[in-house]
Formats: sequence, structure tokens, C-alpha cells
Amino acid sequence: MTGVSDQTLIVEGRTMGLGHVVRPGEIDLSHGSILYVDSVTVSFDGFKALNDLSFAIDAGELRCVIGPNGAGKTTMMDVITGKTRPDTGKVYLGQTIDLTEMGEYEIARIGIGRKFQKPTVFESHTVFENLELAMKADKSVWTVLFQRLSGEQRDRIHEMLSRIGLTERADSLAGMLSHGQKQWLEIGMLLMQDPQILLLDEPAAGMSDEETARTAELLQTLAGRHSIVVVEHDMEFVASIARKVTVLHEGRVLAEGSMDRIQNDERVIEVYLGR
Amino acid sequence: MMGPVTTRLTQLLGARGWAVLAALVAVVLVAIPLTRAWLPPEHPLYLSDYFVLLTGKIMCYMMVALAMDLIWGYAGILSLGHGLFFALGGYAMGMYLMREIGTEGQYQSHLPDYMVFLDWKEFPWYWAGTEYFVLAVLKVILVPGLLAFVFGWFAFRSRIKGVYFSIITQALTFAFMLLFFRNDTGFGGNNGFTDFKRILGFSLAEPATKSALFAVTGLFLALTFLLCRYLVTSKFGRLLAAVRDAESRTMFCGYNTRDYKLFVWTLSAILCGIAGALYVPQVGIINPSEMSPANSIEIAIWVAVGGRGTLSGALLGAGIVNGAKSWFTVAFPEFWLYFLGALFIFVTLFLPRGVMSLLNARRRAT
Repeated sequence: MTGVSDQTLIVEGRTMGLGHVVRPGEIDLSHGSILYVDSVTVSFDGFKALNDLSFAIDAGELRCVIGPNGAGKTTMMDVITGKTRPDTGKVYLGQTIDLTEMGEYEIARIGIGRKFQKPTVFESHTVFENLELAMKADKSVWTVLFQRLSGEQRDRIHEMLSRIGLTERADSLAGMLSHGQKQWLEIGMLLMQDPQILLLDEPAAGMSDEETARTAELLQTLAGRHSIVVVEHDMEFVASIARKVTVLHEGRVLAEGSMDRIQNDERVIEVYLGR
Repeated sequence: MMGPVTTRLTQLLGARGWAVLAALVAVVLVAIPLTRAWLPPEHPLYLSDYFVLLTGKIMCYMMVALAMDLIWGYAGILSLGHGLFFALGGYAMGMYLMREIGTEGQYQSHLPDYMVFLDWKEFPWYWAGTEYFVLAVLKVILVPGLLAFVFGWFAFRSRIKGVYFSIITQALTFAFMLLFFRNDTGFGGNNGFTDFKRILGFSLAEPATKSALFAVTGLFLALTFLLCRYLVTSKFGRLLAAVRDAESRTMFCGYNTRDYKLFVWTLSAILCGIAGALYVPQVGIINPSEMSPANSIEIAIWVAVGGRGTLSGALLGAGIVNGAKSWFTVAFPEFWLYFLGALFIFVTLFLPRGVMSLLNARRRAT
């Protein structure tokens, strides 16, 4: 217990020095950035998947992260969402909340939603139930035992269904959806949690051209309200949505900037685009 | 206020489901005990002690099957140690039944015969209070519940899953069996507890006592079924299936899946303990063989045969397998295990969703 309160004191002491009050557990956006990855290193059996990786995401930003296979993109998401603990380094949400000290479910509750590379939905539940389970609510065992949907919550789910274009499939099992529809359902599930940050691992993978275009459109409308980090291989897709691109290579940031600058960067062409 | 309650009740079971349940409850709780009380034993409608004992036993197994289905069929956690929780509930009740014998044992001592035989002069400390029925009931719930909670807390915290979890539960029940086999443990060694005389002062040899135990078992089975039904039709139940199908997605939705697994695991163990406590006074014996690994595996087979993930499947499976067992072990005792093995292979290969899938297919066809 003392460890926790000590930490709060230090955090408060530091932020007091900066001249404004911060309540513990609240996301402090006073410096414009919502997510800081601060010199994170992760190694698996001596192989450094992330090597002193540092970068920051601004509030409301739509950022694309690209890089060749093994560059550490998925590991980066694992670290942010608490699935993998870094060997060294920290990840901060806002100025004050250290994500490396938290469990996966706590990070999800505080406002970071994650979409997996392979669409992961609850296949034996209906589309409606998938959104119901994801919806922001008290998620402790005792509450869930007695929880019933309110009319307002029902409306929220229907709103989301129409937003992700699955109104007609509300009562179908999620396992029966097409690949692209599963991707949208998963994004819809993230949005039901009212996240601050959306981490999307290849949201356009396996989609038709039309579906890809619609996904790009959806992401554009989400930026501003949420901060979005997209990991993608599909360059055309990245070009269609990106404002700022980060290139990862061998576990570090190789380059960062607008799509134009990235496409003309000698080192980027060498390790990634040129191949 | 009636509106939401009524909708919840129809969600729980359809109109036909409630009718079937009410009919079964009426038969088990009222019709059978009353006919046994009023009709002469020669009457064709009089159900024998043998029938009541056999169905009472099977109803206990059905409760275990429901508990197993909750944890395996819905939450996707295969336990191969549920026989342990059943046996612990049985032993907790057995200790009380041993005290009820009083001084009517072989050696006319206030101690159970096996303690006299071991030349013990008094009850070991952990037998304190076993003469009180209320404490026995508490122990029936707390002992399996606490053991499951502690075991589950460590296992789920370490994220032990799938076949590793199953193997550890199997080892757990095996370790307890060896412990209970020892005479020094104080639970009667390999003979366990038997020769019970009374429960709450009523003679266990009386047909009326047998009827009452049978009816109480039926009541608990019905309550267990309704509880499980409530759980699986609620958001909690949908969450269990979510943990089963995509645990990481569930976690990234903000659910602490460890708590959910621990809750349903502990509840499942408690239900087994209650079933064990109802079983022992009816069959009149509890010994460590109930903890044998094979027993726990058999529980999983009941559920697999009936169809996991459906509560009626679990009930059906426990009924079919145990009904077949009681016939087989009389007609061809040496072939029972071969038959059980063959049945399991057949169901796995041809009916992966159990006998229930046959019934559902027929219902859809008509």
C-alpha cells in the first residue's frame, strides 16, 4: 500500500512543480501529447524486438506506423496494452499515468482500445452481443452478475451498428460475418469503450478495395475525437489516411514525418520501400 | 414491477421449459414421496428403495454435470479434478453422519470403529464440532469452495490454461486420494466412512427418510439448474463464453478475466460439494476411491456425451451414462469400461456436440 501512495506523492510533487493540479488516474494532456513511449527496450532470448524506442502521439492525432517484418510494430502494441512488460523504459498515458505498471484490463478500462492483426471477435455471440460486452460499463464480476441493458445503452448499440454498417447483421453470429465485417465489428467494439487511443493492427488487411476505402473514411471521421495509431503494410491505404508516419526498423524509429518526406527518405527507401 | 421480472423468467426458460420443470419437480418432490408413504409396497405404483436410491444418486451426478458444464462448456476450462470437490463435500457430511452413529458401532465407543481399531483415545482436533449438522452444512460449502478458490487463485494468476490446467487438477485429486488413503489422516483410510445410522435423528434405514433425501436432492438439483440457467442467460454467461472463445479480446475489453474464471471455478466446486453431501447419506458410504482420477474423467465424459455448453445436455449425459452404467455393471460387469471408452470415442468422432445436437436437429426438422 505504501508503494502506491509514495508513487502518487512523487507524481503530484512533479506536476505541482509545473504549476497545475493533476488528479491521480486522470489523463493529463497539458503538454499536448497523449501517449509517450519512453526509451523502451524489449528482448526475447537476446533478440531486441524493441531497442530504446521513443516516440509520442498527440491528442487527436491519426498516426501510421510502418516498417518491415520484425521491425517491432506488434511488440510495440503489446507493450502499450500491457501484454508484454518492457525490460527497460516507460510508457505514459498523458503526463502522469504509467502504463507499464498496469494489467491489460486496467489499460483497456483507462481508455486504450486495441484491434488485433487477425480480427478477434466473440464468434459464438451475435453482433449485438459483441457490442454489448464491449460497451463501457462497470466490468467487475459482482456488477456484471446483475447487469441489465438500459434503453439508453440499447440505443448506443444501435447507433454503433449503423455506424459500422452492420445493422442488418445485428442478430447474426459474429462467426458468420465476412472478414471485412469482422474487422469493422472489432473497431465498433473498441469504440463502444469510449477509448482515448485506438491502436489498430492492420485494419485493412484482407479487405476488398471498396471495404478498404470505407475503412479509411471511417478512420478519418474518428481522428480528432480519438487518437489513432494504425500499423499497416498497405502503402496505398497509409497514403490515403496518414498525416504523419513513423517508420520502425530493428526496434527503433528510423524516420518520422509526412508521407511525402518518408517516401523520399534515402534510409527508408533502402530498408523498406525499395524492396 | 412485474414486467421486467416476467421477461427475465421467460428468458430463463421458455413456457415449455417451465412446464417440464414444474412437472418433474412435482413428480420428484410430491408424487413419489407421497405414493411411497401411502401405498403398500406391493402396489404397482410403489417405487422401490432401489429405484429411489438409483435415481437419487443419478440426480447427484446430474448436479455435478451441471457444475462441470458451467466451467468446461461455458468458460472453456476443463477440470479433471471435480471428483475431489464432490468427495470433500461427501466427507464433510460423512463426518457428521459418523458422529450420529453415537455408541452404536461395533465397539460401542463414542469414537468411530476405525479410530478404536487404531487405538485412538479421542477425536483428533479437526473433528471438533462435527456433531453439529449446521457446521457440517457450512463445511460442505466452505471446504471445497476454499480449496478451489486458493488453487484457482494461483493457477489463474499464473495464467495456466488448457491441457496444463487439466493435468494439474488431475494431479490435485490424485494427491488428495493418496492423503485420504492413509489411516493417519483420520478419515478412515481406504474404507472411508460407512455404517451410518441416522441423519438429524431419523433412521437412514426408514423408507420415509430415503424418500425425504430423494426429494431434497431433487429440490437441490432443480435449484442448481435454475441458478446455472440464470448465469448462462445473463451478461455474466455471455462473458464466460467470451473468455472461452477469445480471452485476450475479453481482457482488452476491460474485463479482469482472472476474477471471472475464479468466480465460476469456485462456484462450480461448491455445487459439486453440495452434490457430494447429498450423495453420501443415500448410498451410505464415502471413501477415497471417489477421488480417483478416473472418476473425475468420467464426469467430463458425461458432459461430453450429453453436449457441453447446453445445461440440458449435461443433465442428459449424466443420466444416459449412469443409467447405462447401472445396467451394464449388473449384466456385463467386466465390459463396462470398454463400453464407456467406446461411447466416448463414438461421441467425439460422430457427435462432437453431444446427444443434445441430435435432439436439436430433430426439433429444427419438424
